[in-house]
Amino acid sequence: MAYIQDVFPIVQKKNLAKNIFDLTISCPHIAAEAVPGQFVHVKAPGFQLRRPISICGIDKVKGTIRIVFEIRGEGTEKIAGLNPGDLIDVFGPLGHGYTILPPESKVVVIGGGIGVPPLLQTAAAYGKNATAIIGFRNAAAVILKEDFEKNGARVILCTDDGTAGVHGFVTTALEKLLAEEKPDLICACGPMPMLKGVAAMAEEKGIACEISLEERMACGVGACLGCACKTVKNGVEGYSHVCKDGPVFNSKEVRF
Amino acid sequence: MADLHVKVAGVSFKNPVIPASGAFGFGREYEKLYPLSRLGGISCKGTTLNLKDGNPPPRIAETPSGMLNSVGLQNPGIDHFIEVELPYLMQKDLTIIANVAGSTVEDCIEIAHRLEGTAVDMIELNISCPNVKQGGAAFGTSPEMAASVTRAVRNATTKPLMVKLSPNVTSIVDIAKAVEAEGADAVSLINTLLGMRIDINTRRPILRNNVGGLSGPAVFPVAVRMVWQVANAVKVPVVGMGGIASGKDAIEMMMAGASAVQVGAAIFADPYAPIHIIDEMNEWLDEHGIASVNDIVGTVQPW
Repeated sequence: MAYIQDVFPIVQKKNLAKNIFDLTISCPHIAAEAVPGQFVHVKAPGFQLRRPISICGIDKVKGTIRIVFEIRGEGTEKIAGLNPGDLIDVFGPLGHGYTILPPESKVVVIGGGIGVPPLLQTAAAYGKNATAIIGFRNAAAVILKEDFEKNGARVILCTDDGTAGVHGFVTTALEKLLAEEKPDLICACGPMPMLKGVAAMAEEKGIACEISLEERMACGVGACLGCACKTVKNGVEGYSHVCKDGPVFNSKEVRF
Repeated sequence: MADLHVKVAGVSFKNPVIPASGAFGFGREYEKLYPLSRLGGISCKGTTLNLKDGNPPPRIAETPSGMLNSVGLQNPGIDHFIEVELPYLMQKDLTIIANVAGSTVEDCIEIAHRLEGTAVDMIELNISCPNVKQGGAAFGTSPEMAASVTRAVRNATTKPLMVKLSPNVTSIVDIAKAVEAEGADAVSLINTLLGMRIDINTRRPILRNNVGGLSGPAVFPVAVRMVWQVANAVKVPVVGMGGIASGKDAIEMMMAGASAVQVGAAIFADPYAPIHIIDEMNEWLDEHGIASVNDIVGTVQPW
């Protein structure tokens, strides 16, 4: 698969919640190659390192991708300052995405906070056979709920403070769901403790589980070996790399 | 179209731009963007005798105009390099530099022995990695130690030998002279400068290794100064690196005395950086009516 790096026009920008921005970028060659769960490496003007941002939406007909990201520091703040008509320097699509099963498969996507965006395109592959368990701090922080619903997914919304949806963590909602159903695959993205909990539950129930990781990253393609994460492959423990071997890993391979 | 061809210690490079060790792996990833044959050469990822896992993450921290890394020489080992990576690179029509990073003198000798008879064009002996406990900068921070490891590898190889120097020393000139006296055919500099960042909220260093090597545009003036000092003190050619991000930077480094340049961190900002640098150097030389890039080497006119 080819990599593409160039500047592309931003065609739409939305502010989804406090510090959460949604950019649609016209980049037909990247859109044509991209699969759910991959990321793009975005240049923050004036900064040395690119920012890895997961792909939230892929429209192969319009030739656009959508990225939804949170302002975490000065670099992401710069990117959030770009507007429709501005050019954005994007390198991608990069990494290894979620396994896509036949559309009739029952798949649960589960995510917390800014871990939710990469799950949207994944859920879209399964239409009404997808269940999206999405969690946020409170009602004001909820993003993308309508987008999941528009794609046909059953949405279980959770908030830490109960101001929207179910009061509690996504892992509690997953536990409840797995008591009644056995999906073919669980796809997760979010904070490490959440991923650990999801992976343990999937393992116990014998359900395949894939999790998306993040790590401080430099090259984005597996050359510099900066974004290491501990994994076990074929019984051998070592460091894999989030940018090339991931960001999506089989949960059984990850050492938490 | 200026002549970009250069020779370093008798080794021919079709242009003076070489991706630096550690920034470019073994080239495979970037072949998905441009043919590796565009490059003057490649300095491969630092290779140890056996597979090495490297340091725990986080290994990367951003800094003003630069970055810290503490990868810790993660690499698949010399046999994998010779059996898998080298045959791939041999098809690509570029000059191949193997970066030797043994953790002991004996390891360095053994790696050099295994490289004898291979298609590797040049050995770059890494006595300057700041991120490993054994070998690395422990070899490169005293002239005596630098001399002894250079002598050992010199006796173990018939290939052209370049020694990569650490800037984390009192006098890089003394180290350069010491390795030259032991038969180094060239020196390359600078490796990264030891640095540190702290997350003030957690009061923890950002790097799990606490400290790491600083690279990127922030180190460029330090690198130019050291290349200039070393080039004036030794007779062997100098390969300059440290923060080069544009064709003009590369020209400046060569005016300071470098016969060729290596490019590292710039590739993370712009994966096409080596290609852009080659094109920009060519344009600059043409604009200034300079026929060959060799004509600018060491031409700085100091006050």
